[in-house]
Amino acid sequence: MNQFLSLLLNGVSLGALYALIALGFVIIFKSSEVVSFTHGSLLLLGAYSIARLSGPLGFWLAVLAGLLITAVAAFLVERLIINRLRGAAVISLAIVTIGVDIILLTELVRRIGSDILNVPHPWGGQSVRIGPVGLSQNRLIAILVAGALIAAFFAAFKYSSWGVAMRASAEDGETAALMGIRQGRVSAVSWVVAGVLAGVAALFLVGSPTPGVTPANYAVALRAFPAAILGGLDSTGGALVGGLLIGIAEALAAGYQDQLLFLGRGFSAIVPFIVMIAVLLVRPSGLFGTKELTRV
Amino acid sequence: MRARRPVLTVQDLRVTYGGAVQALRGISMEVPDGKVVAVLGSNGAGKSTLLRTVSGTLKLHRGRVESGSVRLDGTDLLARDAAQTVRSGVVQVPEGRRIFGRLTVEENLRAGAMGNRDRAARAAAQARVHELFPVLKERSSQRGGLLSGGEQQMLAIGRALMASPKLLLLDEPSLGLAPRVIGQIGEVIAEINRQGTSVLLVEQNATMALGVADLAYVLDVGEVSLSGEAGVLAGTDEVQRLYLGHDADHQRGRRATSGRTLSRWTA
Ligand SMILES: Nc1ncnc2c1ncn2[C@@H]1O[C@H](COP(=O)(O)OP(=O)(O)O)[C@@H](O)[C@H]1O
Ligand SMILES: [Mg+2]
Repeated sequence: MNQFLSLLLNGVSLGALYALIALGFVIIFKSSEVVSFTHGSLLLLGAYSIARLSGPLGFWLAVLAGLLITAVAAFLVERLIINRLRGAAVISLAIVTIGVDIILLTELVRRIGSDILNVPHPWGGQSVRIGPVGLSQNRLIAILVAGALIAAFFAAFKYSSWGVAMRASAEDGETAALMGIRQGRVSAVSWVVAGVLAGVAALFLVGSPTPGVTPANYAVALRAFPAAILGGLDSTGGALVGGLLIGIAEALAAGYQDQLLFLGRGFSAIVPFIVMIAVLLVRPSGLFGTKELTRV
Repeated sequence: MRARRPVLTVQDLRVTYGGAVQALRGISMEVPDGKVVAVLGSNGAGKSTLLRTVSGTLKLHRGRVESGSVRLDGTDLLARDAAQTVRSGVVQVPEGRRIFGRLTVEENLRAGAMGNRDRAARAAAQARVHELFPVLKERSSQRGGLLSGGEQQMLAIGRALMASPKLLLLDEPSLGLAPRVIGQIGEVIAEINRQGTSVLLVEQNATMALGVADLAYVLDVGEVSLSGEAGVLAGTDEVQRLYLGHDADHQRGRRATSGRTLSRWTA
């Protein structure tokens, strides 16, 4: 039972980070009608920048700079490419983002080489015990920060002008334009927000229990992708639920892997995709989505 | 009638879709400052195309201006995109209302105010909208999609007024509404105009449109076939026959029916 609770809590912390990334996917999709595959390399860019800058700048400044770099990169992708291709088919735009992703990823992998870069989190690698349940300090802080960010995000989405403009243009772009809403601006802000969220996720994903910054961090964003899809690619609430679901499923599969050995080692890494496929078979537009991907 | 400085001037406007369909074939018209101008025409006459051209949304429909000009107080509107046009004081209420059904009534109005940067103007617009449409205040936290057709049309008009326009463009506001509600919409348009907003009203419902308009144009397959003061136009045989549903054939002989067929309004 204690093991189960431990795994559950670890799953929630991982899921909260997936949710941050998935929220980025969702707002990009809602505001630009783009399925963004650049998130993997954006995440890695954030992790790499924080790790590299921690030496010269110290941890906290490096975090700020890393988030800024990720946000600027996302902004440039939107301004220089996506904005100019407005109106192109969803599938071509998706492939364009894959192209951008490959370019960025190749460069980052070259720079990282075979090193494992470390981010010197001021919180160490120790774990904390909450009653009978253990969790790394890093993951505990991750839950708190991600929770606060997610709450702030939902408040902004509901109450801010950006939130209203974004929901209006997602529902009916032409009419939003007739109301004077600048869709280019809404879309650019969404990419920046998505970049920052990915950067924050990166900060915690490269801490304990993960060894540090390696190209393998890239795969984490790929697992957040099923989270966004199974929630419904156009639903922010779905991204949150999807992220948590995937995080918990993955943590449980990893924790019980001895019992699940018949499924093969490393099974937990593919659990997100299996959960996604299972959900989509039952609900093709995801748990809370309104659009089926095949129809766009 | 007394000549007034036009707020909107359209000259020799030609518009095509996809390089093939000629939707407007060189039309010229004016909206005098402070007046209501009606544009009548059956389906496909080019009414929506005219409004899209003015509001800067033609590109979203793959339409193109081949020649001509659209000027607001002398400044060229064709060079402006939709968001800039709103900021210059021209706002369109689209055909079919197109309210944001998943947003609340209040959020719909907020969306309408996005092009209105002046805080005081926004507050004044909000007060005006709630006064014109008390129902929108009562329903402010309800989702737009739950309103009745007539209420949705009021929301669509109220939302446009949130931008404090000097020229309001209305695309068939009577579409699909019951006669009693159409009457209310007509009164609202007259009131908005009394408060100082010029109106360009596109309609198939000639009775309502000619009732509130000062001037009217009849659009026929992309060309202006008739124009003049609304009262005078309402008395002409052609308008009586085509748009007001009175059969004037017995006066003009059978030849009148042999030409093109125009669908009548069905609202
Ligand atoms: N997006 C479009 N693509 C191609 N043709 C169009 C488009 N919109 C309108 N048209 C054509 O342009 C003409 C005028 O249409 P429209 O302006 O919508 O007329 P109305 O609003 O008076 O019914 C019609 O022949 C219509 O078929
Ligand atoms: Mg029309």
